[in-house]
Amino acid sequence: MNKKALLKKKLLGTPYFIWSAIFILVPLGMVFYYGLTDRTGSFTLENVLAISTPEHAKALGIALLLSLIATLICLLLAYPLAMILCGQKNGRQSFIVLIFILPMWMNFLLRTLAWQTLLEKTGVINSILNFLHLPSLNIINTPYAIVLGMVYNFLPFMVLPIYNALSKIDGNVINAARDLGANPIQVFMKITLPLSIPGIISGITMVFIPALTTFVISKLLGGSKILLIGNVIEEEFTQASNWHLGSGLSIVLMLFIIVNMLLTAIFDKDGEGSFL
Amino acid sequence: MSKVLIDLKNISKSFDGQMVLDDLNLYIRENEFLTLLGPSGCGKTTTLRILGGFETPDKGCVIFDGKDITSLPPNKRQLNTVFQRYALFTHMTIAENIAFGLKIKNKSKTYIDDKIKYALKLVNLDGFERRMPDSLSGGQQQRIAIARAIVNEPKVLLLDEPLGALDLKLRQDMQYELIRLKNELGITFIYVTHDQEEALTMSDTIVVMNQGYIQQIGSPEKIYNEPENAFVADFIGDSNIISSTMIEDKLVEILGTRFPCVDTGFGKNKPVDVVIRPEDVILSRPGTGKIKGTVTHLIFKGVHYEMEVAAAGFEWLVHSTGMFPVGTEVDIDVDPFNIQIMNKPASEDEEAAGINE
Amino acid sequence: MKKTILQKLYITLIFIFLYAPITTLIVLSFNASKTRAKWGGFTLKWYGALFQNRDILQALFNTLLIALIASVVSTIIGTVACIAIMSLKKRSRAIVMGVTNIPMLNAEIVTGISLMLLFISFGLRFGLGTILLSHITFCIPYVILSVMPRMRQMNPYTYEAALDLGAGPVYGFFKVVFPDILPGVLSGFLMAFTMSLDDFIITHFTKGAGVDTLSTKIYTEVKKGIKPEMYALSTIIFLTVLVLLLFINRVPAEKDLKK
Repeated sequence: MNKKALLKKKLLGTPYFIWSAIFILVPLGMVFYYGLTDRTGSFTLENVLAISTPEHAKALGIALLLSLIATLICLLLAYPLAMILCGQKNGRQSFIVLIFILPMWMNFLLRTLAWQTLLEKTGVINSILNFLHLPSLNIINTPYAIVLGMVYNFLPFMVLPIYNALSKIDGNVINAARDLGANPIQVFMKITLPLSIPGIISGITMVFIPALTTFVISKLLGGSKILLIGNVIEEEFTQASNWHLGSGLSIVLMLFIIVNMLLTAIFDKDGEGSFL
Repeated sequence: MSKVLIDLKNISKSFDGQMVLDDLNLYIRENEFLTLLGPSGCGKTTTLRILGGFETPDKGCVIFDGKDITSLPPNKRQLNTVFQRYALFTHMTIAENIAFGLKIKNKSKTYIDDKIKYALKLVNLDGFERRMPDSLSGGQQQRIAIARAIVNEPKVLLLDEPLGALDLKLRQDMQYELIRLKNELGITFIYVTHDQEEALTMSDTIVVMNQGYIQQIGSPEKIYNEPENAFVADFIGDSNIISSTMIEDKLVEILGTRFPCVDTGFGKNKPVDVVIRPEDVILSRPGTGKIKGTVTHLIFKGVHYEMEVAAAGFEWLVHSTGMFPVGTEVDIDVDPFNIQIMNKPASEDEEAAGINE
Repeated sequence: MKKTILQKLYITLIFIFLYAPITTLIVLSFNASKTRAKWGGFTLKWYGALFQNRDILQALFNTLLIALIASVVSTIIGTVACIAIMSLKKRSRAIVMGVTNIPMLNAEIVTGISLMLLFISFGLRFGLGTILLSHITFCIPYVILSVMPRMRQMNPYTYEAALDLGAGPVYGFFKVVFPDILPGVLSGFLMAFTMSLDDFIITHFTKGAGVDTLSTKIYTEVKKGIKPEMYALSTIIFLTVLVLLLFINRVPAEKDLKK
């Protein structure tokens, strides 16, 4: 291809390059600017270090704890599920995958709110438990309900990448391992699991980051008693109007995100486990 | 003859109601190079997968060295497989790939290291221990797949179209390589392919299959020179298959002309199929042969000329070192022992079943 | 046999987990009682009331309008960008893709506040425009990530063959390249549309007072109690999508049968 044509092709990217500079890079720069300055505009680390105050540290701690638990539960639920899906015949496979994507078309807030109705003291689940003479379940407005909400909302994001990674494994590779003497457990530990790691890593990213930073699920299912780091940041922007503090805390959040991105880059070099 | 190692008895298998193998019987001898040959969908790969333990037959049993292994899982069988497209473990180095089966058997580290060295030497890839499979060419990956299987010292090596993904030249080199390997290892090879040339080059025994039935079992020479039915004749090499009538023993009428032949026992005035290989058709000047014809096509093929001759309403395919230009009048003749007589199948089912009393 | 029963049981349990809230919402849309805690008998009145409720209809209109414009614009920008990205050298391509990944990997709340800070410092008036800019921003990566693999799979010589046969670059693109990447473009478009439709967090930070999408409307209603019309609306949306998807799923199946 000649140079002129190549240059023309590159020029086609200009709208996007400008767009991503203005709407992705500059805004991130502004978060750092606000996070690292005070109201007078002079440099300070105060906003970032504010994470260590008991109140903020607690919010971050709870958010980390709940999102890690939710991620783990998602992984444990999703892996067997993805394996079962892979074992299905092709026609049914796409249908079942569809079933997991379909709920996303019902508004995410409404879906989460519906859990309130299900979990309430006199809600659907307790009515069923009562009817069966089982002890009732009182988890609404507790951390358990928040974890449930996270698992519910983000489970598909764990299932799909793992499913993608598993379905890319050549059936003959599994057969080869069995042929060479591996029993089903050895096949899983030595072949299936290692080959699906890219999917697992990207699943973890896709669940952990939104769970860690959510403010909606905690607000809807945790009552207003449990504050996660997301709630603190949201309030700094919408109610307290302390953008500097909010940005400072966001920088802390981004550190977690960057660590996560680095891990993804190490384990998933080719983007094989990607969601799409 | 060496003793029978594997015996497949009355094997039937269907997928989703579709019969893939129907009452298949086959035995394989120790130290034999046996090839399952047939078009795709003929059941050859299913047969191999039943041997490997990846499929269980609906009916029948697999006897290995005197024991019934029909329901034994693959990891407990004394045979190893070289898979289509190699199926190497991409997340492991070459050494780890080769060591896989040995580690599972808890062999000592020195034993494993020795075996890896030996296997890599055997497949001419010394020093590749630390490479990753993705960095190897197709031919090299193929060799590693073989090395990975043979370090386990299987009594039988199953090869599922192992050369299918390689280019022609490499494929031919690998054919000789495989023969050498088999002789060095002294074990049984069961080889699946749809490539008749591959089968003819390497095998001791060829099993021609079609639509779930065995069509013919025999040495390469026998399969080529004496095909038992039209399917085998058509599948193995080029041939002229002509509807004819068996007048009596040793006399057949082909396209209205009587030819002496060597076959007996077909009865009198029976419809038969006649197979004549293109290189067995003798062309000569008009008046010296049995059927008059005209050359319609001529192609130079290197070792011989390929011609088509229209004679008695049939397009004869002819290979000859002598050249006759298009339009030349020629006579056709065939030696009696180059005429292969086959029973006509009465129905399509019978054709598939390859019934040939 | 035993194994498949266990598998079916597992899938069923997960299915119940995923669909229990959705069933609840659908049931609530037929509930005559105004509070969601009590079943007051079957009614269709909320479906009628829905079409009288200007607020909700306006929010629905905003949501669809934003989703449509955002997905169309991001599909165009994203697809064109893919052509340019393919022609970049390895290093600069990695940088561009890294930037593209940021909105997908970053927390939505951070993306939301960063855009909010940007719009404030530009002095933009918060409203439909700012929502739209934000939505286009987070939709483009989805388009790029679904078009890119298609472009990479494409045989580069087909385009050159078109030029060789006398096609101009634009004609060659639409006749040869575009049909090849179309599935990727379509799935990118659908993905963008869905993401825009379902977004709450980024809209929350970039919307102005008085402008609402369905998500933000629901969020403000949470404290006062959700209006049952909202359940009716989401039931309609859900069932529409369900029917559409079943239909789309059906078509290839029938094609296979005809073969």
